[in-house]
Amino acid sequence: MVLKAFFPTCCVSADSGLLVGRWVPEHSSAVVLAVLHFPFIPVQVKQLLAQVRQASQVGVAVLGTWCHCRQEPEESLGRFLEGLGAVFPHEPWLQLCRERGGTFWSCEVTHQQAPAAPSAPGEDQVMLIFYDQRQVLLSQLHPPTVLPDRQAGATPASTGGLAAVFDTVARSEVLFRSDRFDEGPVRLSHWQSEGVEASILAELARRASGPVCLLLASLLSLVSAVGACRVFKLWPLSFVGSKLSTCEQLRHRLEHLTLIFSMRKAENSAQLMRKVNMLASVLLDVALGLTLLSWLHGRSRIGHLADALVPVADHVAEELQHLLQWLMGAPAGLKMNRALDQVLGRFFLYHIHLWISYIHLMSPFVEHILWHVGLSACLGLTVALSLLSDIIALLTFHIYCFYVYGARWGAALGRPWAWGPADARRAGPSPQLFIGTLLFTILLFLLPTTALYYLVFTLLRLLVVAVQGLIHLLVDLINSLPLYSLGLRLCRPYRLAAGVKFRVLQHEAGRPLRLLMQINPLPYSRVMHTYRLPSCGCHPKDSWGALCRKLFFGELIYPWRQRGDKQD
Amino acid sequence: MEDERSFSDICGGRLALQRRYYSPSCREFCLSCPRLSLRSLTAVTCTVWLAAYGLFTLCENSMILSAAIFITLLGLLGYLHFVKIDQETLLIIDSLGIQMTSSYASGKESTTFIEMDKVKDIVINEAIYMQKVIYYLCILLKDPVEPHGISQVVPVFQSAKPRLDCLIEVYRSCQEILAHQKATSTSP
Repeated sequence: MVLKAFFPTCCVSADSGLLVGRWVPEHSSAVVLAVLHFPFIPVQVKQLLAQVRQASQVGVAVLGTWCHCRQEPEESLGRFLEGLGAVFPHEPWLQLCRERGGTFWSCEVTHQQAPAAPSAPGEDQVMLIFYDQRQVLLSQLHPPTVLPDRQAGATPASTGGLAAVFDTVARSEVLFRSDRFDEGPVRLSHWQSEGVEASILAELARRASGPVCLLLASLLSLVSAVGACRVFKLWPLSFVGSKLSTCEQLRHRLEHLTLIFSMRKAENSAQLMRKVNMLASVLLDVALGLTLLSWLHGRSRIGHLADALVPVADHVAEELQHLLQWLMGAPAGLKMNRALDQVLGRFFLYHIHLWISYIHLMSPFVEHILWHVGLSACLGLTVALSLLSDIIALLTFHIYCFYVYGARWGAALGRPWAWGPADARRAGPSPQLFIGTLLFTILLFLLPTTALYYLVFTLLRLLVVAVQGLIHLLVDLINSLPLYSLGLRLCRPYRLAAGVKFRVLQHEAGRPLRLLMQINPLPYSRVMHTYRLPSCGCHPKDSWGALCRKLFFGELIYPWRQRGDKQD
Repeated sequence: MEDERSFSDICGGRLALQRRYYSPSCREFCLSCPRLSLRSLTAVTCTVWLAAYGLFTLCENSMILSAAIFITLLGLLGYLHFVKIDQETLLIIDSLGIQMTSSYASGKESTTFIEMDKVKDIVINEAIYMQKVIYYLCILLKDPVEPHGISQVVPVFQSAKPRLDCLIEVYRSCQEILAHQKATSTSP
C-alpha cells in the first residue's frame, strides 16, 4: 500500500529536526504531530514521549527526520540523519527533505527489516498529505466514530483512516501544551509553538460558571418544587394546567433551564452542543419577548388594542347573526326542513347573544388584562404566543360549542346509517322493523339540515384551528432552532465537519505526490437535522389525513392535547 | 500528463473531458458541461417582462414592473448558485479514496469524498430516464454488516450525463487503479 504521511502545514517552514507522531499500520499512514529541533538529548526525548504516551493514550513515537536546508543535504548530514534511525528505532523510518525556498519535496522510506516477499517496483511510494493542525484538532466528524479501544496505539481496523487521523490529533493535546517561550528540555514546533491560544473571557466564564450554576440550579429546584406541590394536583387546577398550552410551554422551558444549569458536566460534545443550543434558544426567546414588550408598552398601543377589541367582537357577532339568518332562510337554494331549521337557528342565535353580553361585561377590564398578559412576554416570546393561542381558544369558545353540537347531532343522526341490511335480516318482519324504517326515513330527511349547519360551523372551527396551528408552528420553531450550531457553521465552518476534501498541489514527475487536506463543512440541512432540539408537543399534532377523517366522521377536534396523543 | 477530448451527452450537447494523470496512483477526470446559453436567458427574461407588462396594463400598478425585475434577478442568481453545474470532477487516489466535486456557475463547489475502505467497485449501470435508457457510471459501497452486500449506489457525473464512450474511458482508468489497490491491499 502507498505510505501516506500526514504533515501539518505549520511545520512546513520549521527548522530541521525529528518527526514526532503516530504510525497507524492498518492504513499505512504516518501522522506527524510535531517537529523536534536540534539540539536534543535522546534520553530526554524518550522521557518526554513516554510521558505524552501515558497522558494521552496515543502511541506517539519518533517517526523519522525532517531536513529543511539551503541546498541538497551533504553526505555527512545524510549519514547523521540515517544514524538517528539507530537511536530511535522505528519501522518504517521516514526521511523528509525540503529545499529552503523550493516547492518540491523528497521522501525516502527505509525498512529496517527485509520484507518477507520481494516488493513490487514502486511499492514504497510515499504520498504527502498536508493538514491544518488547528482545524483538525478543533473539528468534529459527523457521524461521530466511536473508538472503543483506548489502549495506547490500538485502533479497531473497522474505522476509516481519516477518523484515526482526527482522533490522533484530537487526543494529543498534551503534546501541544508547551510553546517556544517555555524553558523545557526539548524544542517542539507545532500549531501552538508561537504561543498557546487562550482567551481571558473564556477563563473568567469558566471560573464564574461554578457558583452561578449552583445559585441558579437551587432557584430552579425551588420553582419546580412549588410547581409540583399538592395544590396543583387537585382537580380542577390539574385539568386546566394540562389543557393550556401556556403551562406546557412554561414546563418545557423550566426543563430546559434545569438541564442548562445542572451541576453535571456534559459527557460528550453532543450533550455540550445541546446545552449551549438550549441556552441560545432561551436567550433568543427572552430577547424577542423584551422587544415585543417594549413595542407594546410604547405609545399606548395596549390602549389602542383594547379599544379595537370590542368593536371587532361586535362585528364578528353581527356577521355570525347574518350567517344564521341566511341559514334559516333558503341557503343557496336548498330546501331545508322549516321547523328544525328555525329551532337550530334560534338556539345558536341565543348562544351568540350570550357571548356578546359576556364580551361587553368584560370590556372595562380588557386593557388591564392585556397589560398583564403583555408582561408575560418578558418570560419569552414563546410564552406570550402560547398565551395568545389560549386566549383565541377561549374567545372562540362559542364557535367550538356550535361545532360540538353540530358534531353530536350529526353523529346521532348518522347512527342509523350503521344499521344496515344485515340487522334488518336478523330482525325479521315485525312491528319493530316498521317503526325502525319509519324513524330511519324521518331522520334521513332531517340529515341535510343538520349536515349544513355542521358544515358551516366546521369551516369556522377549521379557521380557528389554522390560526392556532400557525402560532404553535412559530412557537415550535423558536423552541427547536439550534441557534448555536447554525452560528458555528456560519462563522467557524471547520468545527462541524461532514468529511474532508483533497486538492492536488503542484506536481513534478519523480517527486512524491502532494495533497492538501481540507475540512468539508456539514451542510446546513444536516446541522438542523442533527442538532435540532426536541419540541414539547404541546399542541394537537394530528396529521392532515387524521384531521380529515375526524371531520368526515364527526369526531371532535379538541383545541388542546388529549391524554392519548403522547409526543416525545 | 494532461489531455482533453470532446464527447457528447445524452441530449447531444458538447462535453469536454479533461484527464490529468498526476501519478500512477492518482488520476483526475474533469467534465465540463455546456455553458448557460444567451439565447435561453434572453428568451426567459423577455417572457417574464412581457407577462409583467401585460399585468401592468391591466392593473396600472408600477410595483408589478419592479417586482418582475427583482424576480428575474433573484431567479437568475438562484439558478446560477443552486442549479447550473459548470464542471464535474472525479479524483481517484489509490489507497485514499474517491472524491467527486461539482462546481456551480456562481463558483460554489460541493465536494463528496468516499474512503477507499468503503468502495466495493465502480461499474457502468443502465437506467430508465424519462423516455430513454441511459448508461451511467456509479460507485458501489460496501455493506458493513454483510460482506458481499452493497449498501449504497452513488452515481457519478449526474448532471453532465455523458454517453457510453466517455464512460468507458473513465471506467477503464478507474479499474486500473482499483485493481492495483486490491492487489496491494491483499498482500501484507
